[in-house]
Amino acid sequence: MNTQTIESQQVTLQKLTPFYGATQAVQPVDVVIRPRSVTAIIGPSGCGKSTVLRCLNRMHEVVPNARVEGTVLLGEHNIYGSGIEPQAVRRRIGMVFQQPNPLRMLSIFENVAIGLRLEGYARNIIDERVEQSLRAAALWDEVKDKLNHSGLALSGGQQQRLCIARAIALQPEVLLLDEPCSALDPVSTYKIEELLIELKQNYTIVIVTHNMQQAARIADRTLVFMVERTQGRPIGVLVEEDDTNKIFTAPRDPRTEDYISGRVG
Amino acid sequence: MITQATNYRRRKLVDYGMRGLTIGATVLALIPLVLILSYVVFRGAGALNIAFFTQAYEPPVVGLDGEVGNAGGVLHGIIGSLIIVGIALIMALPIGILAGVFLAEYPSNSVATVVRFCTDVLSAAPSIVIGVAAYVLIVQRTHQFSALAGSVALAVLMVPVITRTTEEILKLVPHTMREAAMALGAPKWWQTLTVVLPTAMSGIMTGVLLAFARATGETAPLLLTVLGNNNVSVKLLEPMAALPLLTYKYTDTPFPAQNTLAWGTALVLTLLVLTVNLSVRWATRSRTK
Amino acid sequence: MAQAERLSTWQTFQQRTKHGDVIFWLLTLFFALMVVALVAAVGYVAWVGSSEARGRFGLSFLFKTGWDPNAQNFGALPAIYGTLVSSGIALLIAGPLGILIGVFLSELCPQRFKSPLSFMVELLAAIPSVIYGMWGVFVFVPFFRSWVAAPIAKSVGKSFPLLAGPVAAGRGLMVAGIILAIMILPTIAAITRDVLAVVPNHQREAMLAVGATRWEMIRKAVLPYARAGIIGGLMLGLGRALGETMAALMVIGSVKDKISTSLFGGGITAASLVASELPNANDSMHESTLILIALVLFGITLCVNAFARLLVWQAARGPVGSARS
Repeated sequence: MNTQTIESQQVTLQKLTPFYGATQAVQPVDVVIRPRSVTAIIGPSGCGKSTVLRCLNRMHEVVPNARVEGTVLLGEHNIYGSGIEPQAVRRRIGMVFQQPNPLRMLSIFENVAIGLRLEGYARNIIDERVEQSLRAAALWDEVKDKLNHSGLALSGGQQQRLCIARAIALQPEVLLLDEPCSALDPVSTYKIEELLIELKQNYTIVIVTHNMQQAARIADRTLVFMVERTQGRPIGVLVEEDDTNKIFTAPRDPRTEDYISGRVG
Repeated sequence: MITQATNYRRRKLVDYGMRGLTIGATVLALIPLVLILSYVVFRGAGALNIAFFTQAYEPPVVGLDGEVGNAGGVLHGIIGSLIIVGIALIMALPIGILAGVFLAEYPSNSVATVVRFCTDVLSAAPSIVIGVAAYVLIVQRTHQFSALAGSVALAVLMVPVITRTTEEILKLVPHTMREAAMALGAPKWWQTLTVVLPTAMSGIMTGVLLAFARATGETAPLLLTVLGNNNVSVKLLEPMAALPLLTYKYTDTPFPAQNTLAWGTALVLTLLVLTVNLSVRWATRSRTK
Repeated sequence: MAQAERLSTWQTFQQRTKHGDVIFWLLTLFFALMVVALVAAVGYVAWVGSSEARGRFGLSFLFKTGWDPNAQNFGALPAIYGTLVSSGIALLIAGPLGILIGVFLSELCPQRFKSPLSFMVELLAAIPSVIYGMWGVFVFVPFFRSWVAAPIAKSVGKSFPLLAGPVAAGRGLMVAGIILAIMILPTIAAITRDVLAVVPNHQREAMLAVGATRWEMIRKAVLPYARAGIIGGLMLGLGRALGETMAALMVIGSVKDKISTSLFGGGITAASLVASELPNANDSMHESTLILIALVLFGITLCVNAFARLLVWQAARGPVGSARS
């Protein structure tokens, strides 16, 4: 599917610092996200994990007054480099949101096709890619007979898989997921987790979750964020980054241990 | 590799073009606003002198050069407007406010639905239709154009505005304020009169002010009811002058001096509307903060 | 404490009557029903007042031309035509502009300009219509006549009767339509802004995340989502234009007996016909016919508004913006 070399799918964060106006939201983050693996970001609420995730495809700057310092490399290219437009970044780094958000006025087919339509692909390529993406999102068998129906007719879990299909229809390098299962029941959650393990063969996956078991189940690497207070103001900080099983069995940082064992957060 | 879509250049142009269009549309809408306001201010300011506020209509005495000797003033219009709108307000206030109280206090019954529907009908009705109704009901019956008929028409136009604002403001009063009175065992009517209404009073006054400003500028219903009068008159059962009627009348005359009076009346009406809207905006801003 | 004093006051009330709440309910109910009574009175009065004309013509007079009250000849087709055409022109101009303004105010405008710009647009709605009319007569009509109407009539108008001359004094359907457009612009813009504001953010993010530009996001996610509400706003604007009296009366040229083939020619609208003739009507038949025209206008604006409110209400699930319809 992807023709890129595996190195081009690596994401490197260098002194990445998101701001809301004058307020710094997170301490500078330095971390390498390994290509074609699942990296989980966990931490208590308010620690800035979603903010960091949204910086990775330049969705952070959509919020009024929000800005970013530092660099994020996709492969060896800085997505915040001069001359790089957010639209170009977002088509290479797909995103799935907390709340399933199929476009309300579009059919299931058009929801998946929308990115391709914008880019002016030919009809036969779109047909092919939509089917491919729906199959990859393990949704094809459930919706193939009602492609013209509204996406809202689907269940929450199906809607979320539809959103995953929409994100991978553009064949991005990286897939970002912002607490994709927080609005879903356990069965749907399980299906999505299975799907993600499947998808990591082709995509670099970064998933924010507040559910530690979920991270333990699917993630190869885990980043732990915590909230610190400097001068009375909360600020997120990356406290530990390691293989998932190490994080959960032998955390190096005492704060991680407290969080994992449920003493904080 | 961060590659851009092949058709991105065109899409970006469309994006810029459409954004430019929205800005252009907004600017375009502000042009008439600026033009109207500046014309009214500059032409109208010339009309405002002592005579403007102290004299009534003077018949144009055309000199040899075609100029009118004495333009007169619009005192009759100012007094007329004050009387007509004032009486309209007295009629509209109790109906508007108490109907609004009813909608807010007993919100979900079939009567409330009907009442709400009727306020919508009233606010949707063209003002000329209300004028026609007042004409048939009062002018035709009494065979006499009268200030009172004009007041009735304007009152009908004010009622839906006042009712709707009252209802919306009362619903904003936090329930905890009622609970304090409720805890003492006070009945509902007492809570409403002593706790809810006083809290909401400034908000309700906002609606009343807006209704007042709008009614003062209404012209069409007055045309059918108060007709106009060249003299200062305070008799409610006779034709009376009103500012917007003078604007209309003096626009359609060949005498430049009267045209200037039209600009002057327009300035007075515009200042009223501006003052009310600005103060309402200021008041609502400090309330929401 | 003042509260205690107040309490004792109501307790004395309460002792005298145990029915305070019932009385209060009846009192407010009475005034609420007054509103219903007002609507009923307006409808009833217009119905009865127009009975003479209805008895004689039915509604047929709405479809013939030739308005000559002295000859007992009442053909209201020119008024109907003028109303529809001037309102149509107004909607054609103000519709796209108003939607674009609403989009700008809700989606693109920097935060600090948002509220002053909204206020200025809404101020357009607060200016009395007679001032629009006067400004039209003194400023816009002469300008439009010499810079737009005359050149167009001389060139395009030669082969295209809808834009043909003579432009005469300059007053006509087109000018009325443009003035009406300015007047209904704030209604459409404010409602578009309000219904766009309730489009959930996740719809916007869905588009942005697949690499859409701002405009593509607006076009594919925001506008379709708010479509019903925007159409409702257009209808409310149309309703306002249909019933507008003074501005139309002053600039439309008051040609009551025939339909001008050109948009630069004079015309009349239903509302302005009533306003100009009812105060000095010749006889009861004349009066009755004018009242019937007002009744028809009332009915039409009610239908348009009811439809509009339904759409806006469905789209916004909340009270419509304060702009008067």
